[in-house]
Amino acid sequence: MSHTRRSRWLATAAALVAMSSLAACGGDDSGSDSGEDVTLRVNLFGKFGYTDLYKQFEEEHPGVKIVETAEGDLGKYNTQLTQRIAAGSGAGDVVAIEEGQAVNFLASADKFVNLQEHGAKDLEDQFLPWKFAGATTADGATTIGLGTDVGGLAMCYRRDLFEKAGLPTDREAVAALWPTWDEFIATGEKFQDGIKGSDAKFIDSATNTYNSILMQSADHTYFDKDDNLVIESNPAVKAAWDKALEMDEKGISAELKSFSPEWNAGFKNGDFATIACPAWMTGYIKDQAGEENAGKWDIATVPGGGGNWGGSWLAVPADSKNQDIAIELVKFLSNADGQLAAFNAVGNLPSNPNLYEDPALQEATNPYFSDAPVGQLFVAGAANLEPVFLGAKNQPVRDAVENAMRSVENGQRSSSEGWDVAVNDAEKAAG
Amino acid sequence: MHLRDRLARIDIHGAPYLFIAPFFLLFGIFGLFPLGYTLWVSLHDWTLLGGNEGWVGFGNYTELFSDDYFWNSLLNTFAIFLIATIPQMLVALGLAQVLNASLRAITFWRVGVIIPTATSVAAVGIIFTMAFSRDFGIVNWMIGLVGVDPIAWNQERIPSWIAIATMVDWRWTGYNALILLAALQAVPKDLYESARLDGASAARQFWSITIPMLRPTLMFVVTVSTIGGIQLFTEPLLFNPGANAITGGDMRQFQTSAMYVVEQAFTGQRFGYAATVAWVLFAVIVLVSLVNSLLVRRIRSAD
Repeated sequence: MSHTRRSRWLATAAALVAMSSLAACGGDDSGSDSGEDVTLRVNLFGKFGYTDLYKQFEEEHPGVKIVETAEGDLGKYNTQLTQRIAAGSGAGDVVAIEEGQAVNFLASADKFVNLQEHGAKDLEDQFLPWKFAGATTADGATTIGLGTDVGGLAMCYRRDLFEKAGLPTDREAVAALWPTWDEFIATGEKFQDGIKGSDAKFIDSATNTYNSILMQSADHTYFDKDDNLVIESNPAVKAAWDKALEMDEKGISAELKSFSPEWNAGFKNGDFATIACPAWMTGYIKDQAGEENAGKWDIATVPGGGGNWGGSWLAVPADSKNQDIAIELVKFLSNADGQLAAFNAVGNLPSNPNLYEDPALQEATNPYFSDAPVGQLFVAGAANLEPVFLGAKNQPVRDAVENAMRSVENGQRSSSEGWDVAVNDAEKAAG
Repeated sequence: MHLRDRLARIDIHGAPYLFIAPFFLLFGIFGLFPLGYTLWVSLHDWTLLGGNEGWVGFGNYTELFSDDYFWNSLLNTFAIFLIATIPQMLVALGLAQVLNASLRAITFWRVGVIIPTATSVAAVGIIFTMAFSRDFGIVNWMIGLVGVDPIAWNQERIPSWIAIATMVDWRWTGYNALILLAALQAVPKDLYESARLDGASAARQFWSITIPMLRPTLMFVVTVSTIGGIQLFTEPLLFNPGANAITGGDMRQFQTSAMYVVEQAFTGQRFGYAATVAWVLFAVIVLVSLVNSLLVRRIRSAD
């Protein structure tokens, strides 16, 4: 509930921001650097964990004030950002680009400040090579964003529900239950047997699990590296589809739609016992499940061995009136200290490989998740993470496939009908 | 003619145009220009970020006519419009009649019916979506009391139409009732008196005096409801919270045409095609408004 209300409020706030920056059009571009008061608008989605970093930056730069807006729903965020970047106004001074949008924005790289003109090349070794390359044009001349986090995968689970179902609760023992997704499904069936009489299900929805499986099984998903739609010829997509829907057929899915009020409530009420958990998801779970569920959640390794889902870059739109200070903020937030602070605040896994050896990360635990060694858990596979190529139209295609999958999950279509619809809609969405 | 006289003439003949000019100026800038520009965009392959990518003539339009999802959205729009508007008009007319009678605390009742109109559509959307929720909604609880199984309101087609129509009616019935009430109060009382003297029954008075006298107002109310109904957007959007809200359900079971415009423009990033959908929608509204006014014209006029 609060999610929806918050996004309404944010939408209003964003509209106001858009209007005020419209009013600022025609102002003097260089006015901001002369030591006057500057308000930097930072436009993000989900949780980045920057509150303390903003304070530090504001203290180091008197006269600078940072205002953040954060949209909860990624699809909506992407839409709004694209809209504002296209309009050349209102996007803010610093924006987050999510992995699925990078290719799209690289096609219009002129809408962003080329960070290579501001020393980005010197920072290249601060990022996983593919992370830096991911926001750089093919000719290597333009870099539009600096990396924040990568989405190392793990599996979050409810200790209390596992115990009730007679499953082990210790995270090593839990991880040993599911080296593969097939064993994960078998564990799910055991869970349902063990917890008879309760409404709790093993997973939240087929779609979230589907995305995890897909993101760990190939170096590209719906689009090949030349940006052609390959949903039918890439076997990874259909395999992930079948595996995820197998879970629903076996009756282990709570069939809750991501980011819906029911899904949000499910974290709190214990409607599902596991959820595929990229590093950034831990912050969301803590938010939704609330303090009263502290210690009930824990984290184990994900079936299928690692994978990457999510992760972002910070960029400065070309229409920002405060580019110099905004670029400074981007560098500040994405440097090693900034990434570590964000990790400590909300669990986002750094994209700076030098940090992976850092004891501060290696030894980090998350008290909310029963003191799970999140540093080790997420870092373990991070250094070996392979980038997954997502095409320019990834978001609409993913939306179409998820919609089709949900209709199968809800029993409105058979799996094969759903797949036909998914392929059909994907072709349409890819245009 | 003296200069003064000439100026006076210009003043008399020209001034009215000057006074209405600001409206037409603003309408030109914010109404007519976007309309024309949208038409121009609709004749191109136009992406959101890339801009104009070449002339396609009526290509977008031919694509639209074989686009199942567009026709689906149009069907949803009209179904919701009819389910919402017909009961709404009848209830509004009834309410207006009641509010026209001498009740105690009449102002209280009259203000009461307009309160829903003043609430924010976002709040209405959120509250009704909760009320129609499958697992913890009050509507399913109530129908459960009379032994009906829970309905997945936002998954099934007709239930979702009914739920959305309910939101629309909740907000607009009172508003229309007040407009009809104003019209009712303008009906000369002596008409009813003479009808009574002639021995006309209450029903006869209603059909032969009230309805004909209300004709212009009914036409207004129906036209405004039509435009609002065909542009319906926020209620169905909020009825599907969470990921991919813009598709109006996993099967597009309640995606309205206005939502389809937005989906094409911003999720699909096909600005040209979205402009085409918007233009066809505009044409549909004009067409329906014409049909409406023909139908309402058939009501025998009082004059």
